[in-house]
Amino acid sequence: MNVLSDSTALDVATALTLLGLVAASVRLFLGPSRSDRIVALDLITVLLIAISALAALRFDEAAYLDLGLTLALVGFLATVAFARYVESEPAAGQPARSADTSETAASRLPPEATAGTTAAAPSSWPHGTSSAEPRGQAQATDEYDGSGT
Amino acid sequence: MNEPVIGILIVLGGLFSAVAGIGILRLPDVLVRMHASTKAGTLGVGLIVLGAAFHFDGTLAVAKALLIVLFLLLTAPVGAHLIGRAAYRSGTPLWEGTVIDERDRMREGRDPGGRTGPDGKGSEDGPR
Repeated sequence: MNVLSDSTALDVATALTLLGLVAASVRLFLGPSRSDRIVALDLITVLLIAISALAALRFDEAAYLDLGLTLALVGFLATVAFARYVESEPAAGQPARSADTSETAASRLPPEATAGTTAAAPSSWPHGTSSAEPRGQAQATDEYDGSGT
Repeated sequence: MNEPVIGILIVLGGLFSAVAGIGILRLPDVLVRMHASTKAGTLGVGLIVLGAAFHFDGTLAVAKALLIVLFLLLTAPVGAHLIGRAAYRSGTPLWEGTVIDERDRMREGRDPGGRTGPDGKGSEDGPR
């Protein structure tokens, strides 16, 4: 077992996983929308499971696999919770695409109920569900800068 | 117990994890970035945990590692579906190079004042 712990494969795998973790952290910082941050957080959770498995290999300790198992369960719950939160509150300045089904909670709210949270929204955003909305529009909000990168 | 197999598995998993990170940093759109996050990320982590399962001898540790892989394969599609639906419905702008938006087309076909056929009657072949 000591052959593996000082082999270079473990170091290479750890370095590559850390590279992916740093890239996902940069995406979590950059944004631009809340959905991007949720995707980045999901990837960070999944890569932390890999880090815990690599720690279990490195220290020859099977208890780190419990950490990975717990992260897999809790990370899924966090992803579901964040996704439902984003779906219930559309971002400022961007009309929700919920014209037909209207299942989201924000479309049922009156505009003055959400005026505190979406202060930068135009006054007609609950009605902005017509099919003639151009996509890729550059709304000058702090949530999304329209660059698409 | 089998060091070359473990080495190959964890280096491949690390490569896929790095590809997932680079993809989530470089791709243009939320829905496109989810390709890197869900597929490459799940495959990379699954390979690394599988390498850990090859390393340990006890049945409990191997069962834990296989349970991690099972939970990953169960929860990654569900989470990706929820994130994608939330991103689309909350109005996140799509990439400029997006070829088709199926739900937009369905809504236009259902709208009586929307897009019709070239001869003015496009309502009977619309999706109902």
